[in-house]
Amino acid sequence: MPTKIEKDRLTGKETTGHEWDGIKELNTPLPKWWLYVFYACIIWSIGYMVLYPAIPLGTTYTKGLLGWSSREQVRDQIADARERQGEFLIGIQESSLEEIRADSTLFTFAQRGGAVAFADNCAACHGAAGQGNVGGFPVLADDDWIWGGSLDSIHHTIVHGVRWEDDPDTRFNMMPAYGDGLLSEEEIAQVTDYVLSLSGRAPEGADLAPGEEIFAIQCAACHGEMGEGVTDLGGPNLSDAIWLYGSERNEIMAQIVNPQHGVMPAFQARLEGETLKMLSIYVHALGGGQ
Amino acid sequence: MFKHSLFEKNSIFLVIGILVVVAIGGLVEIAPLYWLKSTIEEVKGVRPYSPLELAGRNIYIREGCYTCHSQQIRALRDEVERYGHYSLAAESMYDHPSQWGSKRTGPDLARVGGKYSNEWHVAHMIDPRAVVPESIMPPYAFLLDRLLDPNEKAAHLEAKQVVGVPYTEEMVAEAAADMRAQADPNGDHAGLLERYPKAVVGNLDGDPERLTEMDALVAYLQILGQMVDFTEVEPEQLVQ
Repeated sequence: MPTKIEKDRLTGKETTGHEWDGIKELNTPLPKWWLYVFYACIIWSIGYMVLYPAIPLGTTYTKGLLGWSSREQVRDQIADARERQGEFLIGIQESSLEEIRADSTLFTFAQRGGAVAFADNCAACHGAAGQGNVGGFPVLADDDWIWGGSLDSIHHTIVHGVRWEDDPDTRFNMMPAYGDGLLSEEEIAQVTDYVLSLSGRAPEGADLAPGEEIFAIQCAACHGEMGEGVTDLGGPNLSDAIWLYGSERNEIMAQIVNPQHGVMPAFQARLEGETLKMLSIYVHALGGGQ
Repeated sequence: MFKHSLFEKNSIFLVIGILVVVAIGGLVEIAPLYWLKSTIEEVKGVRPYSPLELAGRNIYIREGCYTCHSQQIRALRDEVERYGHYSLAAESMYDHPSQWGSKRTGPDLARVGGKYSNEWHVAHMIDPRAVVPESIMPPYAFLLDRLLDPNEKAAHLEAKQVVGVPYTEEMVAEAAADMRAQADPNGDHAGLLERYPKAVVGNLDGDPERLTEMDALVAYLQILGQMVDFTEVEPEQLVQ
C-alpha cells in the first residue's frame, strides 16, 4: 500500500495516501467548527470534573469544588419552597380547622393545596370531584356522611383511615354477617323489605311488621331507629337514596347476608400535617360539610 | 509501533480493540457503582419478598406492568412531593431484575403500597375505568380466575438464593404455607409476619377461598415502598 499523498485530479482534494487496487481515498477532514466545538467540550469537561462529583476512588469519589449532590439539592429545593409558603403553612399549622375556614387567605390556600393533594391521594377511590365510585367508595360531595361531616370528623377519618389495622385510632366497625345463622332466610327477606321501606320503597303488599321488629333489635343500634344512620358508630344512613353497595333489593340483601366493608388507608404517615388539614378543608367544602 | 493497518488487515485485532475500548466505558461508568458507599448504602427494613409477594412480582413482570409504570422516585422536587421520599438503591437490593423503569405512561409505583385499599386494587384491576374514568390501563380481571400453586414456590425461593437473596432455609421450608397464609384472613400469620415484617395479610382479592394471581399481585403492590420507615432514617445518613 503506497503512502504517497497526492492531489486528486477531479475534486482537487488531497488523498489520504491509502490505495486499494487503484481505488484511492479522499481526505475529507472534519469541518473546522465541529472540531473546535469538540475541543471546547473536552476543556469544558475538565472544568466540570473539577467542580462536580466525577472520579470514582474505590469506596468514595471526588466531590467537586461545588460540593453538589442531587439529594442535597432536592432537600434544599423543598425547604426553599416551604419557606416561601412559610406564613401560610404556619397559619395552617397553628390554626384550628374552624379558624382556617373563617380566614379567607388561609381558606384559599387550603383549598388550592387540598385540591392538589386530593387529586393525587383521594381521587382514585372517591372520584376526581368527590363523586364516589360504585363498589363501596363513598361520595364526598354530598351531605351523607358515614363517619361524620364536621371538619374534625373528616380530619380524623383522613388521618386515621377506616378499618386501617396499623392505626390504633382508625375508624372501625364491623357489621355481622346475618347469613351465618344469625337470621333465617325468611327473616333476612323480611328485614330487607323493611329497609327498603325506610327510603319509601316498600315492595307492594309486603308485611313490614316482622321486619320492623328485627330491625329494632338487630340494626337500629348502629343504623338508627328510623335508619337515619349513626355517624359516631359509622352506621350508614339507610333512609336516603345513597347506597354504598347498591340500592336494589338483592344488593341490600347480599349486604345483610355477608356484608362488604370498605377500607381507607390512614394518611398520617404519608402526608404532612398541614396537608392533612388542607385536605379536610377541601373535602368539607366539596358540598356537604357540616 | 501500532500501525492502523494492523487493525484494518486483521479482524481479530479489530475485535479485541473494540472490546478494550468498550470495556473502558464499562469500567469507568458501571464498575465503581459496586464499591461506592453511596450506591450500596444499607437501610433498615429492606427484606426479601414473601412468597406471595414474589409470585405477584412475577405476574407484574409477566404482564409487562413495567412498560408503563416505573418504580423509581428520582431526587427531584416534583417527584418527591407527589410520590414520597426518593427511592434508595437499597430498596431494590433484592429485586432481580429491578423494576426501576424509564417510562411512565401510568404513575410511578415505588411507594404505592398502603396508598389504596385492597378492595380498590381489585376493583381497579377488574376494570380500571370503573374507578378512574380517565385511565387508559387495560383490564386484568382474568387474574381472579387464575389459581396459584403454592407448592412450586420453594423452588423459586431457592433460585433467588442462588443470585444472592438471603432467604433462609426456614423461609424455603415454609414457602408454601406462608403463601397460603398471607391470602387467608383466618390463617396463622405469626410466623409469616416474623419472617416478612409488614406483609399485608388477609382477604386480598375479595375471595378468601381461593388463592389467585390477583391475591399475589395485590400483596406485591401493597408492600411496594413500605419496607423502609423513613421516619427512622436520619437525613444526614442519606446525604452523600
